[in-house]
Amino acid sequence: MTAIGTAAGTAEVLARCKAEGRAALIGYLPVGFPDHAGSLRAMTTMVENGCDIIEIGVPFSDPVMDGGAVQRAAGMALAGGTRVADVFDAARTVREAGAPPMVMTYWNLVLRRGVARFADEFAAAGGAGLITPDLIPDEAGDWIAASERTGLDRVFLIAPSSTPERLAAVTSQCRGFVYAASTMGVTGVRATVGSAARDLVERAREVTDIPICVGLGVSTGEQAAQVAGFADGVIVGSALVSTLFDTDLEAGLERLAALTRELAAGVRQGQAQ
Amino acid sequence: MTDTPTPGRFGRFGGRYVPEALIPALEQLDEVRQKAAVDPDFLDELDRLHRTYTGRPSIITEVPRFAAHAGGARVILKREDLNHTGSHKINNVLAQALLTKRMGKRRIIAETGAGQHGVATATAAALMGLDCTIYMGKVDTERQALNVARMKILGAEVVAVEHGSQTLKDAINEALRDWVANVDDTHYAIGTVTGPHPFPEMVREFHKIIGIEARQQVLDLTGRLPDAVIACVGGGSNAMGIFHRFIEDEGVRLIGVEAGGEGIESGRHAARFAVAEPGVLHGAMSYLMQDEDGQTLESHSVSAGLDYPSVGPEHSYLRDIGRAEYRYATDEATMEAFRLLCRTEGIIPALESAHALAGALEVGKELGPDALLLVNLSGRGDKDMHTAAAWFGLIEEAR
Repeated sequence: MTAIGTAAGTAEVLARCKAEGRAALIGYLPVGFPDHAGSLRAMTTMVENGCDIIEIGVPFSDPVMDGGAVQRAAGMALAGGTRVADVFDAARTVREAGAPPMVMTYWNLVLRRGVARFADEFAAAGGAGLITPDLIPDEAGDWIAASERTGLDRVFLIAPSSTPERLAAVTSQCRGFVYAASTMGVTGVRATVGSAARDLVERAREVTDIPICVGLGVSTGEQAAQVAGFADGVIVGSALVSTLFDTDLEAGLERLAALTRELAAGVRQGQAQ
Repeated sequence: MTDTPTPGRFGRFGGRYVPEALIPALEQLDEVRQKAAVDPDFLDELDRLHRTYTGRPSIITEVPRFAAHAGGARVILKREDLNHTGSHKINNVLAQALLTKRMGKRRIIAETGAGQHGVATATAAALMGLDCTIYMGKVDTERQALNVARMKILGAEVVAVEHGSQTLKDAINEALRDWVANVDDTHYAIGTVTGPHPFPEMVREFHKIIGIEARQQVLDLTGRLPDAVIACVGGGSNAMGIFHRFIEDEGVRLIGVEAGGEGIESGRHAARFAVAEPGVLHGAMSYLMQDEDGQTLESHSVSAGLDYPSVGPEHSYLRDIGRAEYRYATDEATMEAFRLLCRTEGIIPALESAHALAGALEVGKELGPDALLLVNLSGRGDKDMHTAAAWFGLIEEAR
């Protein structure tokens, strides 16, 4: 299945970026971090400074796919009383700012609310789709049905360890884009984004036409440019999150804006290299 | 793809809720363990280790002086506490260590709560020349300091996990993070019947020898099957191990005993079936202690090994179909049963296993003097002396 997302989905944005001869910049931030209002302002800041798509994280008590920065941010959000329903506020905010809001969530939070109910509520809030790091398509029957019904994008993950059979199976179930994990490991800033990401993207291109966005480890404009050279989108999480640690909100938002601009410039250089 | 049933389901429970990155490793493990299960070389080697290293078959012991407090029912203990390393955990670990070598991996990692699985894994790693890292919640490293020393002496690296509740579930989170990053050369030897497929089924298969032995031993001793088989349930590996051979014996009640902690109403417990809400944690759908949003709740138990908010998916299935029943023992009732076995029989049980003993005291009173109860004494209590001494005021420390 090729990418056909809804008019309000990520496919349209990724197609527009491609037409501009560049990769898309996708920024991640957990809702409720550093606090509820602060997270909404931060997401707006990210859109205004060059993020094409926002991944709204939902803080979870057991974030097994996340490294230190996202764990810490999610912990602060939960300690501050963040609830799952806050993600709908965030979706409205991101949509108003002009970018498609994706939600990145561990699966139990969706299961608990009810898959169909979550999908309906997120779609009603202007949401574009779900990225599900601990849900493989094999287990996603309910979600695929809800996605078909609501038109929400469904983004599953592929990894350097994925076999050709898995790459074909997973990408055939994605809509919008597929999330390629650049490395075997958890989220977090890395000094280099290795050749594994390029290899993975090349292998995935052999089995799918769907846009491929690369995440895990990107923190600088230079790395963004490097990844933009071979991917349709560059996903940045921990580095953006880290701008808001140990600072007052205004200063944090300035740092966040500056890093977002650097990354946005990076994704525009990539194709030229 | 969604029309076919996924492998590793027990009714609606089980499955594989993990990052895609781990799928190839799970598929490799499933293939290797299925081949091993019918490979005479593997089975002979495991059997040799059982006999000459672990000390299998473990004996059964009838405990009449203890049973006098259980309504006069006959009570027989399956003595997994007498295994090398002091608990049933070694059954699973030796088998997974053999599989690790078969997969060509040189490193084994594990989580541990009470330290029993960590010690068993460190032991198998030493025996087979594997590198070993054990993840343990910081709270548990403190209440099980002696086991931390044991693991280190055996050559393992012990990582104290300081995230979250700093107990078993957080140790599993950290072990999963390690595994994703190092899956090429590392096997994660999950210590109980949970996690993504094939772990729940595979770990049960490696422990089912407990029930196979015990069923024959009880028949030889008494000429009949027990009325009830009783075991404590944290993740539930010792319980699945002793239950499995009895599942077809319809007249035999299978009774799991969870950690009731300070009581259900206190909220400080690990009695997943007392609330019974399905959810996904650590790769499997099962009953899970969670809040309204689906955030995992912190469990509590006097015994670190039962201090886990979810439970093996096959237990949830056995409960749903009515084949097994689950009750709980509070910390208080458990400590009384612990002391009773020590004083009446000269056997010091693990605090985990003392939950099963507390259950047996109840069930014996319910069934009366004609009843025959088989209890899995899954581990020995040496590791718990500090906790017990504090509880009973035997050393100068508030409990």
